[in-house]
Amino acid sequence: MTSRPSSLYAARVPIFPRRVSGFYRRLKWQIMAVTLGIYYLTPWLRWDRGPDLPDQAVLVDLANRRFYFFMVEIWSHEFYFVAGLLVMAGIGLFLFTAALGRVWCGYACPQTVWTDLFILVERWIDGDRNARLRLHAAPWSARKWRLRLTKWTVWALIGLMTGGAWVFYFTDAPTLARDLAQFSAPPVAYATILVLTATTFVFGGFMREQVCIYMCPWPRIQGAMMDEGTLTVAYRDWRGEPRGKHRKTAAAESLGDCIDCSACVNVCPMGIDIRDGQQMACITCALCIDACDEVMARTGRDRGLIDYLALSDAPREAAGAAPRPARQHVLRPRNILYAALWAGIGVALVAMLFMRADLELTVAPERNPLFVTLSDGSIRNAYDLRLRNKTGTPVDFALSLGGETGLALSVEGAAQPVVTVPADTQALARIYVTAPPGSAPATHHRSALRIWAEAADGGARASVDTSFNGKEKS
Amino acid sequence: MSGGERDEITGTETTGHEWDGIRELNNPLPRWWLWTFYATVVWGIGYIILFPAWPLVSGATTGVLGWSTRGAVAAQIGAVEAAQTESWTGLLDADLAALRDDDPDLHRFAVQAGAALFRTNCSQCHGAGAAGAVGYPNLLDDDWLWGGEIEEIAHTIRHGIRNEEDPETRFSQMPGFGDFLGRDEIRSLVAHVRALPEGVDPEAGEGGMLFADNCASCHGADARGDRAIGAPDLTDAIWLYGSDAETLTRVIAKGPYGVMPGWGGRLDEAELRALAAYVHQLGGGEADERQLGAGPALNAEPG
Repeated sequence: MTSRPSSLYAARVPIFPRRVSGFYRRLKWQIMAVTLGIYYLTPWLRWDRGPDLPDQAVLVDLANRRFYFFMVEIWSHEFYFVAGLLVMAGIGLFLFTAALGRVWCGYACPQTVWTDLFILVERWIDGDRNARLRLHAAPWSARKWRLRLTKWTVWALIGLMTGGAWVFYFTDAPTLARDLAQFSAPPVAYATILVLTATTFVFGGFMREQVCIYMCPWPRIQGAMMDEGTLTVAYRDWRGEPRGKHRKTAAAESLGDCIDCSACVNVCPMGIDIRDGQQMACITCALCIDACDEVMARTGRDRGLIDYLALSDAPREAAGAAPRPARQHVLRPRNILYAALWAGIGVALVAMLFMRADLELTVAPERNPLFVTLSDGSIRNAYDLRLRNKTGTPVDFALSLGGETGLALSVEGAAQPVVTVPADTQALARIYVTAPPGSAPATHHRSALRIWAEAADGGARASVDTSFNGKEKS
Repeated sequence: MSGGERDEITGTETTGHEWDGIRELNNPLPRWWLWTFYATVVWGIGYIILFPAWPLVSGATTGVLGWSTRGAVAAQIGAVEAAQTESWTGLLDADLAALRDDDPDLHRFAVQAGAALFRTNCSQCHGAGAAGAVGYPNLLDDDWLWGGEIEEIAHTIRHGIRNEEDPETRFSQMPGFGDFLGRDEIRSLVAHVRALPEGVDPEAGEGGMLFADNCASCHGADARGDRAIGAPDLTDAIWLYGSDAETLTRVIAKGPYGVMPGWGGRLDEAELRALAAYVHQLGGGEADERQLGAGPALNAEPG
């Protein structure tokens, strides 16, 4: 027992993950290529929407309240589609966590993917684990400065690209790229790039596992979502223990499969020992599985000392029985329910998306006053119309009345009851509906009225039911 | 701190703090967390120096940047006003009657500005919806006492009606006929006038004779009124004061004297024009060539 005063604060212990190869490493490289590819390239995809609309396939146009996603265009009043997508993302995470544990953390989380990329850069410049350990311990020399500055420069460039790609989602990418290069882009673009460059640089280069352990709420939430049927990265301690170096001695016969080579610890980007059991710091990146499998192959033992397994299988396996197949763990009622919910919402969203009309009409009857008596004794009502044209071309909407006969319709300031709505926008129009003196609508407190808007080319039409207020004879 | 003791179960050091035999384990916080905390303290100090922060007995510390929410709002309003300067000057030079066709954007600006001005200055008498009240004309209908073309409306707003401070005001005065006509004559005149919208010949009968002698000089032999002197059309369905016998008796006997202030001294010319543009598009505005905002009903003959 020591008597030195312990500190309440601990410095970060640097981690130097060793290179590893194997099935999961290959899978992670592929996922990294796909996710980074999607992130960096998506803003550059083009999608023709006609001359009046942006041709960027994926565009969040905040200034004009539009969200473009390939053939889909969402207006601000249709934001529930985005809400639906967020609900799907949430349920999708429930599904994956219940079935495969922290698979999001281990493979697809941006923190993991960019950290992985930064470690790759680090290895290219500084060498593998042992070289990096030596360099870390070495005093500051010209060589160390050169290597460090090279590494930080490459990290900063990756950060710059990351922040740069982000802003391209919010405005036309080629135009913004040119403006950025000519230093004529809006200040908010530069500020956003600067902030994201800084966060990428610091989080990917220096914070790494600290982000997962101390900053992210997800590990805590996932602890509550996993159960004993969840497949997760675990150590088969009943097979590995007691661990020890294998020598050609009689004592070695009583040892387990684990030769205590620390390969699993050395490759871990979180700096933990999976043999200690389930722990919050484990992001289940599965690199320890690859590392251990390599060692097992070399020592001539079965792979899978560290492997994806369900904790409910541990006692069965320890007792010598075979584990249940992975399929059985994945296809549990809980997971099937999640999948059904997820798919149900997805189908509903897609159905709603394709049932949307290109023309929308809303009608607000004027209520102050309810009606106006004109000099010939006829009764006039006013209505404020909002016409939305969601197509890429201007449309002339012819307005007409249905149902009630004898009513006349006119548009304020126009000779004809036609309203032109420019492409991808909405127009406001005030219309007047007039009932001749003594007619039924003019003398009844309220009568039903249907207002029609029909595209002049005979395409879309929409109607709204409202009412006409008359002057009741007292 | 007398830590350094090790908890037997977890193998973790303790902080040395102990409450009723419960000792606190030392799971150290990352040091960068501490530095982040210090950074926020520094940020807070900087914020207090730069921005208004400490409440005082009256007011608060102002901060060396001199920024305030009130100042920020004033700057935003100033920016909007500066951006509108061009529209206001444009409105001064514009041909009001053709504005809607010539410059739809400027017309929209004028209508919006006019609506705000109307709510502030006109709605007290004419109502928020411009539907008027007894004695205060409804501005939505197609009936105008002094003219419904946009320049005529602008003139009325600028100079007022029976506004004795302005020589250019709209002026006329209907005498009170109680001094000239007997009780029975007024009664038969009221009955005659009430029947006019139903198509009675203005010159027919005893009432017609009284009308021709006393009223036709202003309201016209056909009783269709005269906008030059603000004499209302008595054949239409619209009554400024009401169409019941009691009201008409009072109006004829005493003579109405509706007034409206001139707004030329209160609002500037561009604002007057914006108001005219707003009132003109409320549903009854008239134009030379075609009737703006007119439904088929407006083209029909008055009943």
